[in-house]
Amino acid sequence: MAVDSAAHQFPLPAILEHPSSTPPELIAQGAEGRLYKSTYLLPSIPCALKYRPPKPWRHPVLDARLTRHRILSEARNLAKCHREGVPVPTVYAVDESAGWLMMEWVSGGPVRVAINEWLRRRRDAERAQGRSGDAIVEGTSEAEADLVALLRRIGAVVGRMHKVGIVHGDLTTSNMMLRPWEKDKQPVNGHNAEGDELLEGEIVIIDFGLASQSTSEEDRAVDLYVLERAFASTHPRAEKLFIAVLETAYREAFKQAPVVLKKLEDVRMRGRKRSMLG
Amino acid sequence: MSDSPILETLQLEHVPGTHSVHIAVFRDVENAAFLHQQLLARNADFEYAFIDASVITSRLQVLSAAFKAITLQLAGNMKTPNVHSELVYSLSPTSNISEAYRRYGITPTSRALVIVKVLVTPPVPSSATAAPETTSEAKPPLTAQDVEKHLLTHVQGKSVPFTDQVLSELTDWGRVRKYYKLNGVGWLDGVKDQAAKNRETDRLVMGGMALRGATAK
Repeated sequence: MAVDSAAHQFPLPAILEHPSSTPPELIAQGAEGRLYKSTYLLPSIPCALKYRPPKPWRHPVLDARLTRHRILSEARNLAKCHREGVPVPTVYAVDESAGWLMMEWVSGGPVRVAINEWLRRRRDAERAQGRSGDAIVEGTSEAEADLVALLRRIGAVVGRMHKVGIVHGDLTTSNMMLRPWEKDKQPVNGHNAEGDELLEGEIVIIDFGLASQSTSEEDRAVDLYVLERAFASTHPRAEKLFIAVLETAYREAFKQAPVVLKKLEDVRMRGRKRSMLG
Repeated sequence: MSDSPILETLQLEHVPGTHSVHIAVFRDVENAAFLHQQLLARNADFEYAFIDASVITSRLQVLSAAFKAITLQLAGNMKTPNVHSELVYSLSPTSNISEAYRRYGITPTSRALVIVKVLVTPPVPSSATAAPETTSEAKPPLTAQDVEKHLLTHVQGKSVPFTDQVLSELTDWGRVRKYYKLNGVGWLDGVKDQAAKNRETDRLVMGGMALRGATAK
């Protein structure tokens, strides 16, 4: 039970101290909060619980206010996306005073893992043919259609999120899940034949901890820029293809895309911070 | 089904073992006016969450409300007199209490009811609840059998199982869409498959309940 003891180095939020069929599992630990996997209402319903513990180094009154504000803002932004049809986890319960937010557990894995696995297989296949295996993914061959389709879905989802007035603040392929298709959600023209299901699934955006309501083209462009940089560093061989497909799909999903993409060019020139200070 | 128990008993995840949730569903109820009157008269023997089944979309919606009410009771943060009224209030996506009772609670004309009883063993001392209770001092604590007997005696209706199938047959989807402000949610109309549409509606309902009080900027 090494995992179990590791999970309990930190005191659990009070709500998770109450009995459950399986013990809560610590999934991730960030600077601001922890993510647990647990169950909601019934043993058969997995959930994610995000907990922002008290920060002893902050003034207690300020700390409580910041935590409340951040939990509520994350819950509101998730709810807004959900109502507007942007695929995000459903919010199950909120206790902003206790500093936690309980959400639907999204099945499937991060997009990052799926793309890396896809790239690894491709490399191995190339090497098996005696090539070096570091070829740039052009997106032109039939074998690459799955990846192009996935990148297109990412661009579309980001476009829809921006359209409803939310910017994410930390868009990466780790903060997008690939959820197995639910009945009749799978696009009819989707590429899913040929048995390779690695890149199949609905994109679900997660972790709205840094999200905010904004319709400024600057904020939207920074969102895209962060995604672009994150993608380039995790999947360098697909960077060019990614940028091209993302822009196309984003344009299709979002009417104001042209101004944002124009702004994105400026942001690329100077980096994410607008101000020269700080 | 006639000799099977009418109550389903559940122990919710992350709720103290002292709290159990007991649920019965009745359709073709003939005496809703009488039951409603007992609530108005604050008859302690009738302290239940009497929910109008037409606004219920799923088991989880009911259990979510129970979870929220119990959690608030434990934290001493209830906005209504007891855990059962709090449960009805927890179904609402808005903070208007009397409107919540009217919309989600029993009315004199209700025909189908979801009835929830939260039992606490050992009972919480009355000082721990929001309002002083007059029961539980003299009488022995209630058991699920007591609750079942009481409901069978006083609810004139047909007991049906607490399943998603039964609940969705009793749902008035138009009212659900109105109360949970889903009429402006365009993408929902695009979901053609009825079962998928109901599932998505249910998810939005759960989200609305969770966000109560959090929606004001």
